Amino acid sequence: MILAVMEHDRGKIVDASLELLTLLRSLAQPMNATVNAALMGKDAETIAPLLMEHGVTKVYLVQNERFVDYAPEAWAKGLVHLIGAVRPKAVAAAGTDRGNELMARVGANLGLAMAANCTELRPGERLGVTRLRWGGSLLEEAELIGEPKLFTVAPHVVAWEASPAREFSIKEFHPSLEEKDFRVRVVKRIESEKAGVSLPDAKVVVGGGRGVGSAEGFQRLEELARLLGGAVGGSRAATNNNWRPHSDQIGQTGVQIAPDLYIACGISGAIQHMVGCKGTKRILAINKDPEAPIFSRADYGVIGDLHEIVPALIDEIKKAKAR
Amino acid sequence: MNVLVCIKRVPDTGARFELTADAQEIDTRNMEYAISPHEECAVEEAIRLVEKHGGSATVLTLGSEAASEQIREALAKGVERGVLLETDGKEWDAGATAQAIVEAIRATPFDVILFGNECADAGNYQVGVRVAQQLGLPCVTGIKALEINGGMAQAKCEVAGGWEVYEVPMPAVFTVKEGINTPRHPSLRGIMAAKKKEIGRVKPTQPNVQLLKKRLKKPPERSGKVEILGQGKEAASAIVAKLKELGVIQ
Ligand SMILES: Cc1cc2nc3c(=O)[nH]c(=O)nc-3n(C[C@H](O)[C@H](O)[C@H](O)COP(=O)(O)OP(=O)(O)OC[C@H]3O[C@@H](n4cnc5c(N)ncnc54)[C@H](O)[C@@H]3O)c2cc1C
Ligand SMILES: Nc1ncnc2c1ncn2[C@@H]1O[C@H](COP(=O)(O)O)[C@@H](O)[C@H]1O
Repeated sequence: MILAVMEHDRGKIVDASLELLTLLRSLAQPMNATVNAALMGKDAETIAPLLMEHGVTKVYLVQNERFVDYAPEAWAKGLVHLIGAVRPKAVAAAGTDRGNELMARVGANLGLAMAANCTELRPGERLGVTRLRWGGSLLEEAELIGEPKLFTVAPHVVAWEASPAREFSIKEFHPSLEEKDFRVRVVKRIESEKAGVSLPDAKVVVGGGRGVGSAEGFQRLEELARLLGGAVGGSRAATNNNWRPHSDQIGQTGVQIAPDLYIACGISGAIQHMVGCKGTKRILAINKDPEAPIFSRADYGVIGDLHEIVPALIDEIKKAKAR
Repeated sequence: MNVLVCIKRVPDTGARFELTADAQEIDTRNMEYAISPHEECAVEEAIRLVEKHGGSATVLTLGSEAASEQIREALAKGVERGVLLETDGKEWDAGATAQAIVEAIRATPFDVILFGNECADAGNYQVGVRVAQQLGLPCVTGIKALEINGGMAQAKCEVAGGWEVYEVPMPAVFTVKEGINTPRHPSLRGIMAAKKKEIGRVKPTQPNVQLLKKRLKKPPERSGKVEILGQGKEAASAIVAKLKELGVIQ
């Protein structure tokens, strides 16, 4: 049996968890194993029926009256107890912040290795994995020793596909937990009131790098983004210089964008930046250096000074819209 | 307040890189090295904590002698002491790295231990969690704000749609994400002072590795056939034509 740790927010499943199930089914088949799921947290039971649609044959509802908001030590301990009781061959979660943390804790608890952000799995006495390094700029082939095999699956690598299970059951599991297991827990959630389109969801992103030169320089990029109904982001050069908040940083240590069009202005095209735009359909680069690496990764290019090109483009779009 | 910050030396790959012939490493000839970005912020946070609460900061890395360059960088910014867990430079997996760090610091209690959320190259997402677990300390991962008040620490994590707030008793371990602060640049005086600071050296023995790296490979890249739409501001009309063709504007 392979145990999948499902991630959800108060009963709303995270897509990466469904992707995980799709990948685990293909691992389970040659191993002649079933895929079971562990569910924790508030309103967890509401997603059980959906899991059957995705090939899960048994759901373990790991329950405790204090399992409401996330408490990493307690959740990990709950999982470790479940693993001890049901002895899976492998345990996996989605490679999100939470999934990686939980599985790291399970690994630490059991004294086993954990392979983060896998993209391919090859069954065997030693589990063969391919995993992301450098935020996806590089891949590693590795072997995982020990049992159960512990790993997470990188989000957005496989598309999820439903495949209903033939049998299905739900079982409650009550790990014994103490007060001290809850010393680390979320005590408060703060909703942020953010106006406009969010960077990860934007259909058009206008990005600025060192070439923009200043915080004021970004005002023209803001205007361009507004005209196109998009959002503004930047490179690490822009955030490190405090021209933009860090939440606008695109790349390995920032956000991942997936717009239809990314207009990159004054950005050289470093690997760590480009890995944040992997899901982008088209890239238009504006750069004064015809040798800039971004031109070999872009679909369209304009060579020249962005401080001339962006204002001219804004005027031209306004004219086109007025027609 | 005594703060420990753990950093890793990684190649600053820039726009292109190649692998070595045996596909075990990135070919780092003509390449500079850096501290992973999350950890640069962890170093900054360590310095700020000491500025605010007194005490001293220590920086630790496990790596080859060359990694003392990154220790010096942190010392130049204001960290007081450096510790190098010296290896032959081959990569250790996360479990082995955590084990060596725990052994090196077990005898010296710290009030706060800072890590990056994940290192830039291997991206294991776990060394900090493992160290915390072995030391029996509470750990909050991926934080973007830290406030310490008496014996309690409040840490905030950015999540979709807002923030999650944790409160944990001290001593505690935190793994930091870039954005928690803007790291300072070292001053000339700091660079001079760093040269005189001591770096303690320990040679750890490597525990068993459980995640065996076989080889690295490059993922397929975007096929780069760029269509140049023009030069300078005269290109504006060609861009608009393209935006229409793509349906971005009507
Ligand atoms: C581990 C690691 C993680 C990283 N994570 C990220 C990340 O998440 N996101 C990120 O962005 N970076 C990241 N970086 C940094 C990355 O390697 C680059 O340093 C950074 O992306 C460079 O930003 P840039 O392109 O704006 O600046 P530069 O590389 O300096 O490029 C500026 C470009 O602007 C052009 N230019 C200058 N003036 C003009 C003008 N007037 N008109 C038009 N063009 C002009 C220049 O020709 C040049 O191509 C990371 C680095 C490391 C080591
Ligand atoms: N070789 C190392 N030496 C010191 N600290 C390390 C080392 N490797 C990882 N770390 C720390 O552990 C964090 C998480 O690393 P990882 O779990 O490998 O992604 C990093 O951001 C560093 O703070």
